[in-house]
Amino acid sequence: MSVFDDELRNLKEKVLKMGLLVEAAIRDSIKSLVERDSDLAREVIKKDHQINALDVEIDEECIRLIALRQPKAGDLRFITTAMKITTDLERMGDLAEDISERAIELNEEPPLKPYIDIPRMAEIAQGMLIDVLDAFVRREPHIAYDVIKRDDEVDRLVVQVFNELLFFMIQDPKTVSRAVKITYIAKYLERIADHATNIAEMIVYMVEGKMIRHTKVE
Amino acid sequence: MVEELKAEVKNLNFYYGKNHVLKNINLPVARRKITALIGPSGCGKTTFLRCFNRMHDLYPGNRYEGEIVLYPDNLNILSPVVDPIKVRMQISMVFQKPNPFPKSIYENVVYGLKIRGVHKKNYLDEVVEKSLRGAALWDEVKDRLHKPAYDLSGGQQQRLCIARALATNPRILLFDEPTSALDPIATAKIEELMVELKKEVTILIVTHNMQQAARVSDYTAFMYLGEVIEFGKTDKIFTNPSEKLTEEYITGRFG
Repeated sequence: MSVFDDELRNLKEKVLKMGLLVEAAIRDSIKSLVERDSDLAREVIKKDHQINALDVEIDEECIRLIALRQPKAGDLRFITTAMKITTDLERMGDLAEDISERAIELNEEPPLKPYIDIPRMAEIAQGMLIDVLDAFVRREPHIAYDVIKRDDEVDRLVVQVFNELLFFMIQDPKTVSRAVKITYIAKYLERIADHATNIAEMIVYMVEGKMIRHTKVE
Repeated sequence: MVEELKAEVKNLNFYYGKNHVLKNINLPVARRKITALIGPSGCGKTTFLRCFNRMHDLYPGNRYEGEIVLYPDNLNILSPVVDPIKVRMQISMVFQKPNPFPKSIYENVVYGLKIRGVHKKNYLDEVVEKSLRGAALWDEVKDRLHKPAYDLSGGQQQRLCIARALATNPRILLFDEPTSALDPIATAKIEELMVELKKEVTILIVTHNMQQAARVSDYTAFMYLGEVIEFGKTDKIFTNPSEKLTEEYITGRFG
């Protein structure tokens, strides 16, 4: 095992660590909403700096490896993928923070209705994130392709949530403020799933050397 | 490959006596492009390069099989009826260490023409200036053309050897590790020069420095144990090679 191989393994572990922090942030942000636990939401917001710090750390490490090791072929694709993945992960972390902020606001007011589709969306988005991390660690493009397919379900649920909330807003203007915030949360989750899809596409590139972004996956 | 070809290697086998060192090599050489040959020591890349100007003819017991066809003439330069001296006028070589003759700068450049019986001074003067300009050395030596070539720095000597190679107006230039004895600044000059030269000539380069292959070449062939394992566009070879052996070699995990 060369020093370079060790460095690559450390890099992989850091990306994984960052991914798991983001996954926990998304999970806790939704929990803080569903269980009306604003303390938990504030915890998520407070912890976001850990994700940001890893984002910077991983970028610096990738730049260092490119400068000093002149990586090629599979190594080059791994390092550039790590750099791009962390950008998506960092944004996902920010979205978990946004969910937590809306949760705190919503928890101040009486519940509009029981949350059903939001936890479902969150579950799919989180599953997508866990699977892309798995695909990254195991260098398994099939898992990544599967993640990309699941994005459609999340997109469908956003529309469903919005239509349902629209009905509330039309019936009673007093619900508008809450309904808009819940719509935001649905939109945040949809963005999280989009970022997971981006990561999945990068993993296909990392393993197969094939750019599938902005193309239709069959 | 859709490029216009300058040469094409077809089923080339080469033997040092009984030793079978190049095995069934097939390779297109694109016109006015740089093709790099990479591979571990002993893989046959220098032996292969030397086939292009029939250098192996100098030693008895060496044997070629197959063809290296030169276009557009359709000439198989390995054919026994082809005069190796004529081949070398068209296909020049630059070696690992600068090897100027113990003569003046001027005499170094015109040596190849003089032994071919060209002695017209006006013409030789013209060739000297053109070749030295072509090798990006003219401005540095124009005031001391009759001074010994050994007075030049290593990088300048190597550019003089390139000028000497250019003097016969070759169609192909062969470079065998042309910068391994030079510092990074002299190396950068030679690399820039190669990119400039390919506007006129086709270049084949053997290099151990993979960054160099990546920087200057358009096509790369990876050789191992006398065979071409993979050939393709340089950017493809260095970002996403198809063969596992190539990947292992260029990422430094070989053997």
